[in-house]
Amino acid sequence: MSTADVVTGYSVATSAVSLNGLRKVYGDVVAVANVDLEVRSGEIHALLGENGAGKTTLMRLLYGLAKPDAGSISIDGAAVAITSPKVARAAGIGMVTQHFSLVKTMTVTENLALQDAGFFSLDLAGARRKLLTLCEEIGLEIDPDARIDSLPVAMQQRVEILKALAGGCKVLILDEPTAVLGPQDVDSLLDVIRRLRDTIGLSVILITHKMHEISQVADRVSVLRRGEIVATENASGMSIASITALMVEGIQQEIVETGERSPQGSSVLAIKDLTVHLRGRDVISELNLEVSRGEIVGIAGVSGNGQSELVQALSGVFAHQTGEISVDGKVVKGGSPSAFAEAGFGRLGEDRHASSVSALTVEENLILDRLHFFSKPGLLLKRKIRKFAEDSITNFAIKAKPDQAIGTLSGGNMQKVLLARLFGERPLAAVVSQPTRGLDVVSTRYVRQLLMVERNAGVGILLVSEDLDEILELSDRVLVIFKGKIVGEVARIDFDRVAIGAMMAGV
Amino acid sequence: MKLRIALRANKPWWLSPVLIAIAIIFTFIISAAMIRWAGANPFAAFKYLLGSPLQSKFGITEAILSATPLVLTGGAVALAFRAGYWNIGAEGQLLAGATCATFVGLHADGIPHWLGIFLVVIAGAFGGMLWAFVPALLRSRLGIDEVVTTLLLNPVALLVVTGLLNGPWRNPETKFPETQVLSENIFFPRVYPGSRIHLGLIIGIVALAICWWVVGRTAGGLKMRAVGLAPGAARIAGLKVEKTLFTTALASGAIAGIAGAGEVAGVAHQLTDGISPGFGYTGVVVATLAALSFPAVLLISFVLGIINVGSFSASRALSIPSTIGEVVQAVLLTTVVSALVFMKFRIVLDKGKRHD
Repeated sequence: MSTADVVTGYSVATSAVSLNGLRKVYGDVVAVANVDLEVRSGEIHALLGENGAGKTTLMRLLYGLAKPDAGSISIDGAAVAITSPKVARAAGIGMVTQHFSLVKTMTVTENLALQDAGFFSLDLAGARRKLLTLCEEIGLEIDPDARIDSLPVAMQQRVEILKALAGGCKVLILDEPTAVLGPQDVDSLLDVIRRLRDTIGLSVILITHKMHEISQVADRVSVLRRGEIVATENASGMSIASITALMVEGIQQEIVETGERSPQGSSVLAIKDLTVHLRGRDVISELNLEVSRGEIVGIAGVSGNGQSELVQALSGVFAHQTGEISVDGKVVKGGSPSAFAEAGFGRLGEDRHASSVSALTVEENLILDRLHFFSKPGLLLKRKIRKFAEDSITNFAIKAKPDQAIGTLSGGNMQKVLLARLFGERPLAAVVSQPTRGLDVVSTRYVRQLLMVERNAGVGILLVSEDLDEILELSDRVLVIFKGKIVGEVARIDFDRVAIGAMMAGV
Repeated sequence: MKLRIALRANKPWWLSPVLIAIAIIFTFIISAAMIRWAGANPFAAFKYLLGSPLQSKFGITEAILSATPLVLTGGAVALAFRAGYWNIGAEGQLLAGATCATFVGLHADGIPHWLGIFLVVIAGAFGGMLWAFVPALLRSRLGIDEVVTTLLLNPVALLVVTGLLNGPWRNPETKFPETQVLSENIFFPRVYPGSRIHLGLIIGIVALAICWWVVGRTAGGLKMRAVGLAPGAARIAGLKVEKTLFTTALASGAIAGIAGAGEVAGVAHQLTDGISPGFGYTGVVVATLAALSFPAVLLISFVLGIINVGSFSASRALSIPSTIGEVVQAVLLTTVVSALVFMKFRIVLDKGKRHD
């Protein structure tokens, strides 16, 4: 392959990397199912998909961090067995993740020299030369003698990229590179990515959730859904709405019996002008919403638009937030999770492992949020606890013994324990985040039915999920979140997947 | 082929006893090398270290006496560690407790004996709590690492003791830097005739029983365990993590402080700057070897008590330094902690080809 082929554009299209029938299974979960993907020389290839669609696994396979169960990888047309990141780098594949691998107390040059350093040899002058040549070629400015910890995050990211390039990288994987950046830095990074393609003919695999980044830089787009590539097309020919539809469109699951949609009662959860300032920007800005008794309000959005922070704010994690959160008309102070519990507000976190104490038993985890109810005057009421645990196990169809450590349960059963804790003593309102993430079909169905039952019993539920099907199936109303703001509201009778998708994309 | 370390999926029942046995074997091997280096026969040394204290009633009672402060400091550390509060300051808390107990002892003339004992225990607990208070506050309010603050307050406590002993509390008769013998009204009674075993042992066992009961059976104990095992999950469940840490830290300090009161009122009957040969630090060893189990704290304290007493006989008989006892304890700690790693992890032999 000559460089002439590379710069003539996509029509001559030589393949830099091609993945042929790649497959990876973890336990019962097919993370990547027979993926064929071709990345051409000198193209920016965006890889899109929801969380859990298999993007990360696919890139781990390509970078040698995981071994495929089937399929092969070809680089420049020749099959290569990529058994480790070292092999991947030698084959010209580089990866920059959100966690930088730079030595913070060393300079840029030293960091570059370090990756080629032998036991007794450190070619600082050579590394410096290489760095300056690269910077000139690409048109970047960076101080070779600056210490990494003196540089802003955006510059550190550039050093990571330069480090990969100095190591001889021909295909660069960027895993959600803009997630760590502020808005103005995003534009300049996208500009750098374009320049890398145009000046040195680098192929870039850009993993991202964000539509506008794709329309700005990508040449081609591949959409990954449930471990399969469902489309690969020229970016110019795809509208944001069609990409979103491809991402979220799925096999329609059996609709949960929703029961009668009861008339809405009074408001049980109200958020007024909530602003959360984190990492130098407003991750939630002046957000308003209300949830009524017996209502499920779904929050739809592409992940990373403030959903996690909203859930955290509702759990009382942030002490310094502006705005008001009230439960049943009473304002609840931020910074105190127990205040939310006492106000009758429940919570199911997005990560069940982080929400349970894995070394404690099922029954201990069940009662952890209302110990006062199960102790007198501080002494744990063993019999009452056991009875409650046994009832929960029956009512919520949990496959576990009361005195079994919760860490030994399967995901579905662990989730049911947490739901039993949440709904065991019925809260007034609750926020439920990613309730079925990673669960099998049966557990998913069970959890969704349970949410409907609780709603019909009068609980006001705020449902946050990356699964649009789930939101459309369960919600009475959908609010669309974008860049920390509610940008649209759709009532159940007006549900329209494409319109919601467009709002999620910020159109 | 290469070796790698992997998380252990299941723990067979025999794993823990086998690992402990291996750790003890390694302790013998490594200590034997040190003893040999010191110029003695290792087997003879072990006979004195472990055997001789158990051969006489006097040896056994002295071992129990030596174990008494460890029961309390070990319990104090275990309690804090269960809640994930890394109290390395039992030494300082013990000294502060001893100081406050001494204050009571200097002013206890003319009060009933029962009241004197009661007040001296309360004073010990108060002193320990006082010394634990600042690190606990810094941790729960500002998130300042308690490992550093509790540890660094230990030498400060010793300086306070030396300061008092060289100043206001200097013995008026001998002019030595130690207090006069304290009022008999605060002396702990002997609990076994013909030995030096005193009330402190009973208090220690009761304290362990209470800790065991609180941690296992009460709502507060469940909070502590949840906070210690997974603070994030505890916070999500609405528990007041900082408050739990603060309370536990104070309770831990109080127990360590009572150990100091016990040494003053039960053994020395005066305050000297050698009141604690590191009982607080050994408490960390005890709690760790006991895997934070309160019944095991009692057992381990006794074992270390035997080694303490035995090291003196070994030293006399074989003319090796008596610090050999501390060496054996340190080696034991190292091997047990190393062995416990394999409770969680296992070593896997990668045979290279796993995919074709």
